[in-house]
Amino acid sequence: MAIETDVAILGAGPCALFAVFELGLLDLKAELVDILDRPGGQCTELYPEKPIYDIPGLPVVNGQELTDRLLDQIKPFRAGFHLGQMANGLQRLGDGRWQLSTDAGTEIIAPVVLIAAGAGSFVPKRPPIAGIEAYEGKSVHYAVRKMDAFRDRDVVIAGGGDSALDWTLNLAPIAKSLTLVHHRDGFRAQQHSVNRMRELAAEGKIKFHVASVKGLHGAEGQLEAVTLSGADKQEWRHACDTFLPFFGLTIKLGPIAEFGLNLHENLVAVDTARFESETPGIFAIGDIATYPGKLKLILCGFHEAALMAQAAFHICRPNEKLRFQYTTSSSSLQKKLGVA
Amino acid sequence: MKIIATDRNGKEHVLEGRNDWSVMEILRDAGLPVAAECGGACACATCHVYVDQEWLDKLPPRSDAETDMLDMALAVEPNSRLSCQITCKPELDGIKVTVAPE
Repeated sequence: MAIETDVAILGAGPCALFAVFELGLLDLKAELVDILDRPGGQCTELYPEKPIYDIPGLPVVNGQELTDRLLDQIKPFRAGFHLGQMANGLQRLGDGRWQLSTDAGTEIIAPVVLIAAGAGSFVPKRPPIAGIEAYEGKSVHYAVRKMDAFRDRDVVIAGGGDSALDWTLNLAPIAKSLTLVHHRDGFRAQQHSVNRMRELAAEGKIKFHVASVKGLHGAEGQLEAVTLSGADKQEWRHACDTFLPFFGLTIKLGPIAEFGLNLHENLVAVDTARFESETPGIFAIGDIATYPGKLKLILCGFHEAALMAQAAFHICRPNEKLRFQYTTSSSSLQKKLGVA
Repeated sequence: MKIIATDRNGKEHVLEGRNDWSVMEILRDAGLPVAAECGGACACATCHVYVDQEWLDKLPPRSDAETDMLDMALAVEPNSRLSCQITCKPELDGIKVTVAPE
Protein backbone atom coordinates (compact mmCIF):
# COMPACT_ATOMS: atom_id res chain seq x y z
CA MET A 1 0.00 0.00 0.00
CA ALA A 2 1.28 3.43 -0.91
CA ILE A 3 2.58 5.70 1.83
CA GLU A 4 1.15 9.20 1.72
CA THR A 5 3.34 12.01 2.97
CA ASP A 6 4.23 15.63 2.30
CA VAL A 7 7.66 15.24 0.75
CA ALA A 8 9.23 12.18 -0.86
CA ILE A 9 13.00 12.49 -0.69
CA LEU A 10 15.39 10.66 -3.00
CA GLY A 11 18.58 10.17 -1.06
CA ALA A 12 19.52 10.05 2.60
CA GLY A 13 22.80 11.93 2.58
CA PRO A 14 23.52 14.97 4.77
CA CYS A 15 21.44 17.41 2.71
CA ALA A 16 18.46 15.04 2.62
CA LEU A 17 18.72 14.57 6.38
CA PHE A 18 18.87 18.29 7.07
CA ALA A 19 15.92 18.78 4.70
CA VAL A 20 13.91 16.54 7.06
CA PHE A 21 14.74 19.01 9.82
CA GLU A 22 13.76 22.13 7.89
CA LEU A 23 10.57 20.47 6.64
CA GLY A 24 9.79 19.21 10.12
CA LEU A 25 9.92 22.72 11.59
CA LEU A 26 7.13 23.56 9.16
CA ASP A 27 5.17 20.44 10.15
CA LEU A 28 5.90 18.74 6.84
CA LYS A 29 6.46 14.99 6.96
CA ALA A 30 9.05 13.23 4.83
CA GLU A 31 9.84 9.74 3.58
CA LEU A 32 13.36 9.01 2.33
CA VAL A 33 14.56 6.41 -0.18
CA ASP A 34 18.21 5.46 -0.54
CA ILE A 35 19.96 2.64 -2.33
CA LEU A 36 22.50 2.32 0.47
CA ASP A 37 21.46 0.29 3.49
CA ARG A 38 22.18 3.11 5.95
CA PRO A 39 21.77 6.88 5.94
CA GLY A 40 24.64 9.25 5.25
CA GLY A 41 25.23 8.91 1.51
CA GLN A 42 28.78 9.64 0.43
CA CYS A 43 29.67 10.73 3.98
CA THR A 44 29.23 7.25 5.39
CA GLU A 45 29.93 5.25 2.24
CA LEU A 46 33.08 6.98 1.03
CA TYR A 47 34.63 8.76 3.97
CA PRO A 48 33.11 7.75 7.31
CA GLU A 49 36.46 8.26 9.03
CA LYS A 50 37.80 11.21 7.06
CA PRO A 51 37.67 14.59 8.76
CA ILE A 52 35.50 17.40 7.37
CA TYR A 53 36.61 20.88 8.41
CA ASP A 54 34.07 23.18 6.77
CA ILE A 55 30.83 22.49 8.59
CA PRO A 56 29.91 25.74 10.35
CA GLY A 57 30.31 25.41 14.09
CA LEU A 58 32.02 22.03 13.95
CA PRO A 59 35.77 22.64 13.62
CA VAL A 60 36.24 18.98 12.71
CA VAL A 61 33.80 16.15 12.22
CA ASN A 62 34.04 12.93 10.25
CA GLY A 63 31.47 11.65 7.79
CA GLN A 64 29.99 9.13 10.19
CA GLU A 65 29.76 11.55 13.08
CA LEU A 66 28.13 14.25 10.95
CA THR A 67 25.55 11.70 9.84
CA ASP A 68 24.94 10.52 13.40
CA ARG A 69 24.51 14.09 14.58
CA LEU A 70 22.05 14.88 11.79
CA LEU A 71 20.07 11.73 12.58
CA ASP A 72 19.96 12.82 16.19
CA GLN A 73 18.83 16.30 15.17
CA ILE A 74 15.94 15.02 13.01
CA LYS A 75 14.79 12.32 15.40
CA PRO A 76 11.75 14.34 16.63
CA PHE A 77 10.35 14.41 13.11
CA ARG A 78 10.17 10.62 12.71
CA ALA A 79 10.82 10.52 8.98
CA GLY A 80 10.34 7.19 7.23
CA PHE A 81 13.48 5.59 5.83
CA HIS A 82 13.33 3.14 2.92
CA LEU A 83 16.91 1.97 2.69
CA GLY A 84 18.58 -0.51 0.37
CA GLN A 85 16.08 0.44 -2.32
CA MET A 86 16.55 2.13 -5.65
CA ALA A 87 13.96 4.72 -6.63
CA ASN A 88 13.05 3.60 -10.12
CA GLY A 89 9.83 5.30 -11.06
CA LEU A 90 8.23 8.71 -10.73
CA GLN A 91 4.85 9.58 -12.12
CA ARG A 92 2.33 12.35 -11.73
CA LEU A 93 -1.06 11.28 -10.41
CA GLY A 94 -4.40 12.65 -11.51
CA ASP A 95 -4.69 14.81 -8.38
CA GLY A 96 -1.37 16.51 -9.13
CA ARG A 97 0.65 14.62 -6.55
CA TRP A 98 3.66 12.48 -7.37
CA GLN A 99 4.11 8.78 -6.90
CA LEU A 100 7.64 7.58 -6.33
CA SER A 101 8.29 3.84 -6.60
CA THR A 102 11.27 1.72 -5.70
CA ASP A 103 12.65 -1.61 -6.86
CA ALA A 104 11.55 -3.08 -3.51
CA GLY A 105 7.91 -2.23 -4.22
CA THR A 106 7.67 0.79 -1.93
CA GLU A 107 5.33 3.49 -3.21
CA ILE A 108 5.31 6.99 -1.80
CA ILE A 109 2.70 9.56 -2.76
CA ALA A 110 3.44 13.21 -2.03
CA PRO A 111 2.75 16.65 -3.46
CA VAL A 112 6.47 17.42 -3.37
CA VAL A 113 9.45 15.34 -4.45
CA LEU A 114 12.90 16.36 -3.30
CA ILE A 115 15.86 15.03 -5.23
CA ALA A 116 18.85 15.02 -2.91
CA ALA A 117 20.57 12.13 -4.61
CA GLY A 118 24.13 13.45 -4.74
CA ALA A 119 25.72 12.07 -7.88
CA GLY A 120 23.16 9.30 -8.17
CA SER A 121 23.02 5.74 -6.89
CA PHE A 122 25.85 3.75 -5.43
CA VAL A 123 26.13 0.60 -7.52
CA PRO A 124 28.77 -2.16 -7.56
CA LYS A 125 31.83 -1.53 -9.69
CA ARG A 126 31.74 -3.70 -12.78
CA PRO A 127 35.14 -5.04 -13.83
CA PRO A 128 36.09 -4.02 -17.38
CA ILE A 129 35.93 -7.57 -18.76
CA ALA A 130 34.48 -7.99 -22.24
CA GLY A 131 31.01 -9.51 -22.27
CA ILE A 132 30.53 -9.57 -18.48
CA GLU A 133 26.98 -8.17 -18.78
CA ALA A 134 25.78 -11.41 -20.35
CA TYR A 135 26.67 -13.35 -17.18
CA GLU A 136 25.37 -10.87 -14.62
CA GLY A 137 22.61 -12.20 -12.41
CA LYS A 138 23.17 -15.74 -13.59
CA SER A 139 26.77 -16.65 -12.87
CA VAL A 140 28.39 -13.30 -12.11
CA HIS A 141 27.10 -11.61 -8.94
CA TYR A 142 28.12 -8.40 -7.19
CA ALA A 143 26.48 -9.29 -3.91
CA VAL A 144 25.59 -12.43 -2.00
CA ARG A 145 21.92 -12.43 -1.12
CA LYS A 146 21.54 -16.11 -0.25
CA MET A 147 24.66 -18.07 0.58
CA ASP A 148 22.95 -21.29 -0.32
CA ALA A 149 22.87 -20.22 -3.97
CA PHE A 150 26.61 -20.95 -4.01
CA ARG A 151 26.49 -24.40 -2.45
CA ASP A 152 28.54 -26.92 -4.45
CA ARG A 153 29.63 -24.20 -6.86
CA ASP A 154 33.09 -23.63 -8.24
CA VAL A 155 33.48 -20.04 -7.15
CA VAL A 156 36.03 -17.40 -8.10
CA ILE A 157 36.10 -14.28 -5.92
CA ALA A 158 38.05 -11.19 -6.98
CA GLY A 159 39.04 -8.29 -4.77
CA GLY A 160 41.06 -7.42 -1.69
CA GLY A 161 38.65 -5.61 0.60
CA ASP A 162 36.44 -6.82 3.41
CA SER A 163 33.65 -8.04 1.14
CA ALA A 164 36.02 -10.21 -0.88
CA LEU A 165 37.63 -11.67 2.23
CA ASP A 166 34.42 -12.08 4.22
CA TRP A 167 32.71 -13.94 1.40
CA THR A 168 35.80 -16.05 0.83
CA LEU A 169 35.64 -17.17 4.45
CA ASN A 170 31.86 -17.60 4.48
CA LEU A 171 31.50 -19.44 1.21
CA ALA A 172 34.59 -21.67 1.53
CA PRO A 173 32.77 -24.31 3.64
CA ILE A 174 29.81 -24.65 1.28
CA ALA A 175 31.29 -24.09 -2.18
CA LYS A 176 32.67 -27.04 -4.09
CA SER A 177 35.82 -25.06 -4.70
CA LEU A 178 36.78 -21.49 -3.97
CA THR A 179 39.52 -19.43 -5.53
CA LEU A 180 40.37 -15.90 -4.43
CA VAL A 181 42.25 -13.70 -6.87
CA HIS A 182 43.72 -10.31 -6.08
CA HIS A 183 46.22 -8.16 -7.92
CA ARG A 184 48.69 -8.16 -5.03
CA ASP A 185 49.67 -10.31 -2.08
CA GLY A 186 48.32 -7.74 0.37
CA PHE A 187 44.81 -6.73 1.37
CA ARG A 188 42.99 -3.73 2.70
CA ALA A 189 40.65 -6.07 4.55
CA GLN A 190 40.69 -6.76 8.31
CA GLN A 191 43.91 -8.50 9.28
CA HIS A 192 42.17 -11.36 11.08
CA SER A 193 40.19 -12.15 7.92
CA VAL A 194 43.38 -12.12 5.88
CA ASN A 195 45.07 -14.43 8.39
CA ARG A 196 42.16 -16.83 8.31
CA MET A 197 42.13 -16.81 4.50
CA ARG A 198 45.84 -17.66 4.45
CA GLU A 199 45.24 -20.53 6.87
CA LEU A 200 42.51 -21.94 4.62
CA ALA A 201 44.82 -21.62 1.62
CA ALA A 202 47.65 -23.36 3.52
CA GLU A 203 45.26 -26.17 4.45
CA GLY A 204 44.31 -26.52 0.79
CA LYS A 205 40.69 -25.62 1.45
CA ILE A 206 40.78 -22.64 -0.88
CA LYS A 207 43.18 -21.31 -3.48
CA PHE A 208 44.63 -17.82 -3.55
CA HIS A 209 46.31 -16.40 -6.64
CA VAL A 210 47.97 -13.05 -7.13
CA ALA A 211 46.20 -12.55 -10.43
CA SER A 212 43.33 -10.80 -12.08
CA VAL A 213 40.42 -12.01 -14.16
CA LYS A 214 40.94 -11.02 -17.78
CA GLY A 215 38.28 -13.00 -19.60
CA LEU A 216 35.10 -14.98 -19.12
CA HIS A 217 34.12 -18.14 -21.00
CA GLY A 218 30.74 -19.79 -21.14
CA ALA A 219 27.44 -19.79 -22.95
CA GLU A 220 24.02 -18.26 -22.39
CA GLY A 221 25.05 -16.53 -19.22
CA GLN A 222 26.52 -19.65 -17.65
CA LEU A 223 30.18 -19.32 -16.85
CA GLU A 224 32.47 -22.29 -17.55
CA ALA A 225 35.88 -20.77 -16.96
CA VAL A 226 37.77 -17.53 -16.45
CA THR A 227 41.09 -16.42 -17.87
CA LEU A 228 43.43 -15.43 -15.09
CA SER A 229 46.54 -13.35 -15.57
CA GLY A 230 49.26 -13.64 -12.98
CA ALA A 231 51.78 -11.11 -11.74
CA ASP A 232 54.20 -12.36 -14.43
CA LYS A 233 51.51 -11.75 -17.11
CA GLN A 234 51.19 -15.49 -17.72
CA GLU A 235 47.60 -16.31 -18.53
CA TRP A 236 45.73 -19.50 -17.80
CA ARG A 237 42.19 -20.79 -17.81
CA HIS A 238 40.54 -21.68 -14.57
CA ALA A 239 37.33 -23.74 -14.64
CA CYS A 240 34.52 -22.30 -12.52
CA ASP A 241 30.79 -21.68 -12.70
CA THR A 242 30.50 -18.58 -10.50
CA PHE A 243 32.40 -15.31 -10.42
CA LEU A 244 31.96 -12.80 -7.59
CA PRO A 245 33.82 -9.51 -8.16
CA PHE A 246 34.00 -7.30 -5.04
CA PHE A 247 35.51 -3.93 -5.90
CA GLY A 248 33.22 -1.74 -3.85
CA LEU A 249 30.73 0.77 -5.11
CA THR A 250 30.72 3.57 -7.61
CA ILE A 251 28.11 6.21 -8.34
CA LYS A 252 25.90 6.13 -11.40
CA LEU A 253 23.03 8.51 -12.03
CA GLY A 254 20.68 5.56 -12.51
CA PRO A 255 16.91 5.74 -13.07
CA ILE A 256 16.73 9.47 -12.26
CA ALA A 257 17.79 9.95 -15.86
CA GLU A 258 14.43 8.49 -16.92
CA PHE A 259 12.26 10.64 -14.64
CA GLY A 260 11.58 13.14 -17.39
CA LEU A 261 13.53 15.91 -15.68
CA ASN A 262 15.43 18.40 -17.73
CA LEU A 263 18.95 17.34 -16.80
CA HIS A 264 22.07 19.37 -17.50
CA GLU A 265 25.09 17.07 -17.54
CA ASN A 266 23.38 14.77 -15.04
CA LEU A 267 22.42 17.66 -12.76
CA VAL A 268 19.00 19.12 -12.02
CA ALA A 269 18.77 22.82 -12.77
CA VAL A 270 16.93 24.73 -10.05
CA ASP A 271 16.12 28.34 -9.24
CA THR A 272 17.87 29.79 -6.23
CA ALA A 273 14.79 31.13 -4.46
CA ARG A 274 12.89 27.86 -4.21
CA PHE A 275 15.33 25.17 -5.38
CA GLU A 276 12.56 23.86 -7.58
CA SER A 277 13.36 22.20 -10.88
CA GLU A 278 11.74 23.14 -14.16
CA THR A 279 9.05 20.60 -13.25
CA PRO A 280 6.73 22.14 -10.65
CA GLY A 281 6.66 20.18 -7.41
CA ILE A 282 10.05 18.57 -7.99
CA PHE A 283 12.86 20.17 -6.04
CA ALA A 284 16.57 19.42 -5.93
CA ILE A 285 19.27 20.24 -3.39
CA GLY A 286 22.83 19.19 -2.68
CA ASP A 287 25.35 17.89 -5.21
CA ILE A 288 22.71 17.00 -7.79
CA ALA A 289 21.33 20.55 -7.97
CA THR A 290 22.88 23.11 -10.26
CA TYR A 291 22.47 26.88 -10.56
CA PRO A 292 24.80 29.78 -11.32
CA GLY A 293 27.51 29.84 -8.68
CA LYS A 294 26.70 26.39 -7.29
CA LEU A 295 29.34 24.90 -5.03
CA LYS A 296 29.23 21.22 -4.12
CA LEU A 297 29.61 21.77 -0.41
CA ILE A 298 27.54 20.22 2.35
CA LEU A 299 27.00 23.64 3.89
CA CYS A 300 25.47 24.94 0.64
CA GLY A 301 23.10 21.98 0.64
CA PHE A 302 21.94 22.94 4.14
CA HIS A 303 21.04 26.44 2.96
CA GLU A 304 19.27 24.97 -0.06
CA ALA A 305 17.26 22.70 2.24
CA ALA A 306 16.00 25.64 4.28
CA LEU A 307 14.75 27.60 1.26
CA MET A 308 13.33 24.49 -0.40
CA ALA A 309 11.26 23.77 2.73
CA GLN A 310 9.63 27.21 2.62
CA ALA A 311 8.61 26.72 -1.01
CA ALA A 312 7.47 23.14 -0.41
CA PHE A 313 5.22 24.39 2.40
CA HIS A 314 3.16 26.49 0.00
CA ILE A 315 2.60 23.47 -2.25
CA CYS A 316 1.76 21.08 0.59
CA ARG A 317 -0.37 23.57 2.57
CA PRO A 318 -1.79 25.94 -0.05
CA ASN A 319 -4.38 27.38 2.32
CA GLU A 320 -2.14 27.97 5.30
CA LYS A 321 0.01 30.93 6.15
CA LEU A 322 3.66 30.17 6.71
CA ARG A 323 4.84 31.55 10.01
CA PHE A 324 8.59 32.11 9.99
CA GLN A 325 10.02 31.48 13.43
CA TYR A 326 13.35 30.98 15.17
CA THR A 327 14.13 27.84 17.15
CA THR A 328 15.75 29.99 19.85
CA SER A 329 12.57 31.86 20.66
CA SER A 330 9.59 29.91 19.38
CA SER A 331 7.95 27.71 21.96
CA SER A 332 5.95 25.94 19.23
CA LEU A 333 9.15 25.00 17.38
CA GLN A 334 10.71 23.92 20.65
CA LYS A 335 7.71 21.73 21.31
CA LYS A 336 8.19 20.07 17.91
CA LEU A 337 11.81 19.49 18.78
CA GLY A 338 10.82 17.98 22.10
CA VAL A 339 12.83 20.48 24.13
CA ALA A 340 10.03 22.63 25.50
CA MET B 1 54.48 21.84 -16.41
CA LYS B 2 52.66 19.68 -18.90
CA ILE B 3 50.66 16.54 -18.30
CA ILE B 4 50.19 14.24 -21.26
CA ALA B 5 46.99 12.35 -20.59
CA THR B 6 45.53 9.58 -22.71
CA ASP B 7 41.77 9.13 -22.40
CA ARG B 8 39.80 5.88 -22.61
CA ASN B 9 39.54 6.18 -26.39
CA GLY B 10 43.31 6.40 -26.75
CA LYS B 11 43.24 10.12 -27.51
CA GLU B 12 46.14 12.13 -26.14
CA HIS B 13 45.56 15.45 -24.36
CA VAL B 14 48.32 17.87 -23.44
CA LEU B 15 47.25 19.64 -20.27
CA GLU B 16 48.77 22.49 -18.34
CA GLY B 17 49.53 21.34 -14.81
CA ARG B 18 49.50 23.73 -11.89
CA ASN B 19 52.00 23.49 -9.09
CA ASP B 20 50.59 21.87 -5.96
CA TRP B 21 47.37 20.84 -7.70
CA SER B 22 46.76 17.14 -7.93
CA VAL B 23 46.90 15.49 -11.32
CA MET B 24 43.28 14.42 -10.68
CA GLU B 25 42.19 18.06 -10.46
CA ILE B 26 43.90 18.90 -13.74
CA LEU B 27 42.33 15.90 -15.49
CA ARG B 28 38.89 16.69 -14.09
CA ASP B 29 39.07 20.39 -14.95
CA ALA B 30 40.03 19.44 -18.49
CA GLY B 31 36.85 17.40 -18.73
CA LEU B 32 38.53 14.01 -18.80
CA PRO B 33 36.29 11.27 -17.43
CA VAL B 34 37.78 10.78 -13.99
CA ALA B 35 34.84 10.47 -11.62
CA ALA B 36 36.89 11.44 -8.54
CA GLU B 37 33.83 10.70 -6.48
CA CYS B 38 35.38 11.47 -3.11
CA GLY B 39 36.87 14.74 -4.33
CA GLY B 40 40.49 13.84 -3.70
CA ALA B 41 40.35 12.20 -0.28
CA CYS B 42 41.97 8.93 -1.38
CA ALA B 43 38.66 7.29 -0.49
CA CYS B 44 37.09 5.98 -3.69
CA ALA B 45 39.64 4.84 -6.31
CA THR B 46 37.70 6.48 -9.14
CA CYS B 47 40.63 8.67 -10.28
CA HIS B 48 42.73 5.63 -11.17
CA VAL B 49 45.40 6.19 -13.83
CA TYR B 50 48.34 4.27 -15.27
CA VAL B 51 51.60 6.20 -15.11
CA ASP B 52 54.07 5.62 -17.94
CA GLN B 53 56.96 3.49 -16.75
CA GLU B 54 59.59 6.18 -17.35
CA TRP B 55 57.76 8.51 -14.94
CA LEU B 56 56.87 5.97 -12.31
CA ASP B 57 60.21 6.14 -10.50
CA LYS B 58 60.07 9.94 -10.35
CA LEU B 59 56.94 9.82 -8.22
CA PRO B 60 56.95 9.48 -4.46
CA PRO B 61 55.94 5.89 -3.66
CA ARG B 62 52.33 5.06 -2.91
CA SER B 63 51.25 5.61 0.66
CA ASP B 64 49.70 2.66 2.47
CA ALA B 65 46.36 4.41 2.15
CA GLU B 66 46.73 4.66 -1.62
CA THR B 67 47.85 1.04 -1.93
CA ASP B 68 44.86 -0.05 0.14
CA MET B 69 42.46 2.12 -1.85
CA LEU B 70 43.75 0.66 -5.12
CA ASP B 71 42.29 -2.65 -3.93
CA MET B 72 38.95 -1.08 -4.78
CA ALA B 73 40.07 -0.08 -8.28
CA LEU B 74 39.46 -2.18 -11.37
CA ALA B 75 42.17 -3.49 -13.70
CA VAL B 76 45.04 -2.58 -11.38
CA GLU B 77 48.51 -2.85 -12.87
CA PRO B 78 51.95 -2.34 -11.33
CA ASN B 79 51.94 1.23 -12.71
CA SER B 80 48.52 2.04 -11.27
CA ARG B 81 48.21 5.21 -9.20
CA LEU B 82 45.39 7.33 -7.87
CA SER B 83 45.76 10.66 -9.63
CA CYS B 84 44.51 12.57 -6.57
CA GLN B 85 47.67 11.42 -4.83
CA ILE B 86 50.08 12.79 -7.48
CA THR B 87 50.99 16.42 -6.93
CA CYS B 88 52.00 18.57 -9.89
CA LYS B 89 55.53 19.96 -9.66
CA PRO B 90 58.16 21.13 -12.15
CA GLU B 91 60.10 17.84 -11.98
CA LEU B 92 57.06 16.08 -13.40
CA ASP B 93 56.92 18.26 -16.51
CA GLY B 94 55.82 15.96 -19.34
CA ILE B 95 54.46 13.16 -17.14
CA LYS B 96 52.38 10.69 -19.11
CA VAL B 97 49.27 9.14 -17.63
CA THR B 98 46.45 7.04 -19.03
CA VAL B 99 42.94 7.12 -17.58
CA ALA B 100 42.10 3.59 -16.36
CA PRO B 101 38.95 1.80 -17.50
CA GLU B 102 35.73 2.56 -15.70
